[in-house]
Amino acid sequence: MALAATLARDANVLATALAVRDLSHAFGKRLVLSDVSFQVRPSEFTVLLGLNGAGKTTLFSLITRLYDHRSGAIEVFGNPVKAKPSSALARMGVVFQQPTLDLDLTVEQNLYYHASLHGLPRREAGERLTQELARVGIIERRRDKVRHLSGGQRRRVEIARALLHSPSLLLLDEPTVGLDIASRQFLLDHVRKLCREDQLAVLWATHLIDEVGEDSRVIVLHKGRVLGDGTAQEVRSASGANNMQAAFEHLTRDREPRS
Amino acid sequence: MRPIQYLRCLIGIVRREGLRFLNQRGRFVSALVRPLVWLLIFATGFHFVLGVSIIPPYETYIPYEVYIAPGLIGMIQLFNGMQSSLSMVYDREMGSMRTLMISPLPRWFLLSSKLLAGVIVSILQVYVFLAIAWFWEIQPPWWGYFSALPALILSGLMLGALGLLLSSAIRQLENFAGVMNFVIFPMFFASSALYPLWRVKEASLLLYRICEMNPFTHAVELIRFALYGRVNMESAAVVMVSLILFMALAVYGYDPARGLIARKVGE
Repeated sequence: MALAATLARDANVLATALAVRDLSHAFGKRLVLSDVSFQVRPSEFTVLLGLNGAGKTTLFSLITRLYDHRSGAIEVFGNPVKAKPSSALARMGVVFQQPTLDLDLTVEQNLYYHASLHGLPRREAGERLTQELARVGIIERRRDKVRHLSGGQRRRVEIARALLHSPSLLLLDEPTVGLDIASRQFLLDHVRKLCREDQLAVLWATHLIDEVGEDSRVIVLHKGRVLGDGTAQEVRSASGANNMQAAFEHLTRDREPRS
Repeated sequence: MRPIQYLRCLIGIVRREGLRFLNQRGRFVSALVRPLVWLLIFATGFHFVLGVSIIPPYETYIPYEVYIAPGLIGMIQLFNGMQSSLSMVYDREMGSMRTLMISPLPRWFLLSSKLLAGVIVSILQVYVFLAIAWFWEIQPPWWGYFSALPALILSGLMLGALGLLLSSAIRQLENFAGVMNFVIFPMFFASSALYPLWRVKEASLLLYRICEMNPFTHAVELIRFALYGRVNMESAAVVMVSLILFMALAVYGYDPARGLIARKVGE
């Protein structure tokens, strides 16, 4: 029995890319996250849906351990980010909300830098960056300075960069902000494909409701609380709405956070 | 993480800092022009105003240009230390710092590598400056160029660590002008960079005491002595202690558990 339980638990750990449990965080007296719990599994495109100020960026900062959480737990493939930050960070790729590429360096130089931060040998880094740039369709710009790339192209480079060290969990914080429709669609399609083909676990934070696809899981975060969690279908039916917009409005109107 | 990965990370960070420096032509030129302007204009103008008596490590009367050369080297490193560390704050609201921090390597190592990369860049600038300054009769003995290196590393680390500390502790710096006014100018002028301390003492005892406590004074004196193959033990000790102090505080400031950054980036 004990063995079976252990096996079951291991299988569960293996199947959970990111587990957030009872996470609360405050800046001073202001509570930004309150008892947040959810999971992200491999091959799952999970949309973290919330308005500006919902706590998405704080959540990302805690998961990437920019600073520590004080209560609750965050685990990446079973590695607690506080106790084993190295193992946790090694398995995640991150695209931040703000642009983080060096404008004065070339695409390649930016990617080599990132690969070195993960301790990748230069040759392997070269191979990986060729692959990833080809996948986002900007391999021919590899020697151009990032300054000369459009906003959409820069985002693609950032996605390629986040995947260089072959992470199993990809976090994206409002990756489509400021992009035109075509670039947005490309990013969404590309990341969905990664999810399907590479069994990548994806957490995609956005305030744009139409980025929630039929095949997505949705976590509705509002004023630091998780108000809905399930497939797009489940979230809609739980709130008795027939589209995501209505469901979101229903959820966020009905359940004002306790203060 | 294996040692080889630490090494690759260090090389990557140093390479990036070097590339950034070379790619930003403006920064390269202004880093060189700044001390040269001081040397060619200020020092020439003050040549006859300030008489410099024989003080160690000099063994003869020296022209004012020769006296302020180590001060200008210190200035290069001071600017560089502020710039390379504070660039983490300015670079599009900490974007580049966040990239650095998601590396799985320990944070103290990342910060130290960043620091070292900045120091290497600053030392390159110093030697280019010294090469040009040679034509203005700033000609330390040939071995002085080698014996200065350890001093330059130590002073560069100390000033870089100070920049790192400021970048972790200061919530928001509007622009580089703020750092100029509140850090660079006071440190530079209240030091032995432009005038020997015995002259300062004649003018104001208080200022003299401040200069004496200024770690930048000791960085300059360390370099001044090292250029002539001598070690100023007192200055070396002060610079070393300041380095350890600044670095410890910077690592503390960037410690995820302390939440200094949390307060800073909090929405």
